[in-house]
Amino acid sequence: MKSCEYQQIDPRTLSASNPSAQSCAGGQSSAQRSRRKWEVFPGKNRFYCDGRIILARQSGVLPLTLGLIVVTCGLFFAFDCPFLVEHLTVFIPVIGGVLFVFVVVSLLQTSLTDPGILPRATPDEAADVERQIDTTGTSSYRPPPRTREIVIREQVVKLKYCFTCKMFRPPRTSHCSLCDNCVERFDHHCPWVGNCVGRRNYRFFYSFIISLSFLISFIFGCVITHLTLRSQSGKGLVQSIQESPGRYPFSAHGRPVRLTRRHLLSLDPPTRTVVELVICFFSIWSVMGLSGFHTYLVASNLTTNEDIKGAWSSKRGAADSVNPYSHNSVFTNCCVTLCGPMPPSLIDRRGSVTPDDPSAAAASAAPELELPPFMAKSDTRMSPKELLERVVRSSELCLLGRPTVPKTAALEQEEPAPRDPRCSSCSSSSSSSPSSPGCWEGRPPCPPPTAALCHPYGRGARRGSLDSVNPAFRLALPSPALSHAPLVVVGGAAGSAPVPPH
Amino acid sequence: MAETHSLQDLGQQAAVAAKVFIQRDYTNGTVCQFQTKFPSELETRIDKTQFEETVRTLNNLYAEAEKLGGQSYLEGCLACLTAYTVFLCMETHYEKVLKKIAKYIQEQNDKIYAPRGLLLTDPIERGLRVIEVTLFEDRSLGR
Repeated sequence: MKSCEYQQIDPRTLSASNPSAQSCAGGQSSAQRSRRKWEVFPGKNRFYCDGRIILARQSGVLPLTLGLIVVTCGLFFAFDCPFLVEHLTVFIPVIGGVLFVFVVVSLLQTSLTDPGILPRATPDEAADVERQIDTTGTSSYRPPPRTREIVIREQVVKLKYCFTCKMFRPPRTSHCSLCDNCVERFDHHCPWVGNCVGRRNYRFFYSFIISLSFLISFIFGCVITHLTLRSQSGKGLVQSIQESPGRYPFSAHGRPVRLTRRHLLSLDPPTRTVVELVICFFSIWSVMGLSGFHTYLVASNLTTNEDIKGAWSSKRGAADSVNPYSHNSVFTNCCVTLCGPMPPSLIDRRGSVTPDDPSAAAASAAPELELPPFMAKSDTRMSPKELLERVVRSSELCLLGRPTVPKTAALEQEEPAPRDPRCSSCSSSSSSSPSSPGCWEGRPPCPPPTAALCHPYGRGARRGSLDSVNPAFRLALPSPALSHAPLVVVGGAAGSAPVPPH
Repeated sequence: MAETHSLQDLGQQAAVAAKVFIQRDYTNGTVCQFQTKFPSELETRIDKTQFEETVRTLNNLYAEAEKLGGQSYLEGCLACLTAYTVFLCMETHYEKVLKKIAKYIQEQNDKIYAPRGLLLTDPIERGLRVIEVTLFEDRSLGR
């Protein structure tokens, strides 16, 4: 993280002598501990390693995915490889090892990376957008659906307004209700991976399913070879498997037993092999099917979301509805999607919360900084931009106090996260961002009057107490300072009528 | 120094009169481009051509960051072969260009905008959604 070049100015020390030299304002006065942005992140995500790792609130079946992969590969390396190395070649475990590493690394990268979460709009931005929308001055209790039409390469695209994030969603962006975040180039929410798949981690997801397909096929092939060779060494195949009939999956009395590790290890080699065979056989269809489907999506530069909704299909809407994002060449589409430049994370997890952040502004709205003495003692070592930013912050606190945003009295009905038909449940994931672009620590140490209100919000990322489980309802907060927090719907009507895709 | 003088002027009144948001321009798809339309609130403050020049340069820089060319493909292929672990050690092309953009914005602020009582916020701090232009009340337009 970039070290700060200036220190936090404490007005109480201004009248005293010079400010002390450049010490990073990371450690503040005891009144307020500096907080990182991940701590006040409004989405439903969990953060580890001080914001470096981001996960969905519910990890879905990620442990199961990892477990299945590790167990199957473990069985393969422990029981099939020795036999095959002896009878075939030593490269079998090498190839298996490489594929296994690839699969696990891709899986972890898909799960632990920011899929392209868009940070929510600041109160000022939200107010500006509201001003632009409210031109009709409608007095109806239920505002009209908020959409904006734009033309992208001669195709009309409707941008929808996101009531949670208070902004018009860019094209191809969708709001995942499980993660409670808008995600760029939203593909789907994958429960196996425990994360959303979006712009930033689609390539990891794709490499995960492709390498997993190869791994499963490889293990499947090796297992078949193993059984074949074993049966050729004298006994028939079925006889080899029937060698130990009483062990798996039934006990000696014919009652089914729970398959524990002890059972697995006590099984005969052929029977263990059959376990792998069964796992591979059932997973190969789904994984290869998914790989094929995503290869098609990559080649045509579509997302699962768009494909499911038939956004660019010629069956719906205009007859000549073409995907405006496609480069009309399979090779170019593949290159763009998989080898294109890696965009940075926009949510800046590890940056420090500054007073002009929406959450921090809510947390510390105290207008009592004296500017002239501050400016008179302006540290010339600070860059003019830093000075100006400090001025902006302090003046905002003085003048704006509690930012107010007109309340939207509409039932917030977010679209449900599009579900990949092959994925059974959905959870959301969050992303992490590398170093923050700046670290503004010059927060005036004014006692926060709304501290009591802000603490629950500040811990919203963890407790989610302000966001109810049902995304359709939001709790109102007593203070307008927390105006960017979701608002209650009074007398609900669906705020955004579903817009038929075209 | 001229900048310090103007900043001290600003410091003494230091009132945020308004904020103008330059929205994204999606006519070319999802690439990061901002609208070059000159907002009416800035008419009294800054030259139209100068402002449009700034936005156009920013657009070009973002286009450079997202350019699909030899370098980005090479980076992508290398990353793919190493199971994307290079991203942990190496700074991507995009991040390098973002640093260039940050420097450019700072330079523009110092030279052009701060003397006129304006401040551009780096769009990355707003999630690449808007360019936020903060207008300060200036009672002393000493230019």
